Amino acid sequence: MKVGVLALQGAFARHAAVLTDVGAAPIEVRTPEHLSGVDALVMPGGESTTMSMLLDIAELRQPLVERLARGLPVFGTCAGMILLASAVADGRSDQESLAAIDMDVRRNGYGRQIDSFEADIDVGGGLPDWDTPFHGVFIRAPVVERVGDGVEVLARVDDNPVLCRQGHVMVASFHPELTDDRRIHELFVETA
Amino acid sequence: MSDITRSTGTQLVKRGLAEMLKGGVVMDVVDPEQARIAEDAGAVAVMALERVPSDIRRDGGVARMSDPEMIEGIKAAVTIPVMAKARIGHFAEAQILQALGVDYVDESEVLTPADEAHHIDKWAFDVPFVCGATNLGEALRRISEGACLIRSKGEAGTGNIVEAVRHLRSIMGDIGRITKADSAELFDWAKRLQSSLSLVQEIAETGELPVPMFCAGGIATPADASLVMQLGAQSVFVGSGIFKSDDPAPRARAIVEATTNFTDPVILGKVSRGLGAAMPGLEIDTLETRLADRGW
Repeated sequence: MKVGVLALQGAFARHAAVLTDVGAAPIEVRTPEHLSGVDALVMPGGESTTMSMLLDIAELRQPLVERLARGLPVFGTCAGMILLASAVADGRSDQESLAAIDMDVRRNGYGRQIDSFEADIDVGGGLPDWDTPFHGVFIRAPVVERVGDGVEVLARVDDNPVLCRQGHVMVASFHPELTDDRRIHELFVETA
Repeated sequence: MSDITRSTGTQLVKRGLAEMLKGGVVMDVVDPEQARIAEDAGAVAVMALERVPSDIRRDGGVARMSDPEMIEGIKAAVTIPVMAKARIGHFAEAQILQALGVDYVDESEVLTPADEAHHIDKWAFDVPFVCGATNLGEALRRISEGACLIRSKGEAGTGNIVEAVRHLRSIMGDIGRITKADSAELFDWAKRLQSSLSLVQEIAETGELPVPMFCAGGIATPADASLVMQLGAQSVFVGSGIFKSDDPAPRARAIVEATTNFTDPVILGKVSRGLGAAMPGLEIDTLETRLADRGW
């Protein structure tokens, strides 16, 4: 399976390395042509304002919206999650959302860099291989403030969802590409 | 309600932010309006400072940490990370910047050094630090002191890319040579680089610095950004190059696009058109002060 990694800005090289590890063939996506050649897509962390602007400049937004509507499996981490959410608080007023998953997020909701943290989180949902916690790295991370009824919450930090999925869309507010635990990427590739 | 233990200020979260800034442009700004222009143009972060390096160079005198009020104003103006500079060795300035909640501290040769022998002990901070380096030994000494991001220094405020290229080639060249060295030669590398053996061994194994490496000092055009990215930089810092040019907003945006598409000459040609005059450049031989010589 060809898994694209949106490579406009951010931690895309880390995601590509992990995808290679779990047996997928990562392809860096910078153009509509690249996008049309992939079976699934990872949207990495980085700065969502920058990525959103570059999506428009690269004329990727419309083809991406169309692929998402047709069920393209997608995994968004941090900024990637912000771009996929249905509503964004504390973003820029002109920040346009892809609205691929029914949730509201608050940008930098966990605070500035000084509040960035790592923590062991329990992943539920009756998934196999999840008897031990996942070590989550949260960097100026967004907070999920609301999820719709159709959204399955797989993990929480305190009261807030941090790992969710709805149909073909999976999102994490933390960075599984920064640690050695491959389970979340495996889960995405298996279900994609 | 789950009961989760959070660890803050760890190496992973400090280096992690640098990972998120990869493939991007960090822009020097001196007021909230410039910060907004930078964010609109797609900057991944802004560096808040009172004067851009070319003005520091022109004015002379002692250059210090910026006024906290000005830094607060820039923090309030944008949603992207805000960095600020402390003088080399001036840990009190760094403490203040950490208390202000800046996202990255740049222990910078662009400001006048406060200590002739010691850089800041950066392990003592929760806020991450970026430091400049002209060669691999300098980079590794900064990493030993706790820097989580290295930027090749170049020569700030000149609009001249030649020093940035020299420093990048030196760092990347030595990394390449270390990966080919045998285990006995690594001891000599550590001695020559005045660096710890374990860091040299790590480079031999991974073929890269243990932290991300960006490029600074002299970037004035989209082509400059492409050049340094192709030479191995993972992001670029642009100081005077944007707001000392004729038309900052389109130039800023063009440099952002160039950094994403640094291997595509067709896109680079497109974004380089009609940007007006770049900042006036300076020949390195004519400089009274070489900022890159500060630090060791």
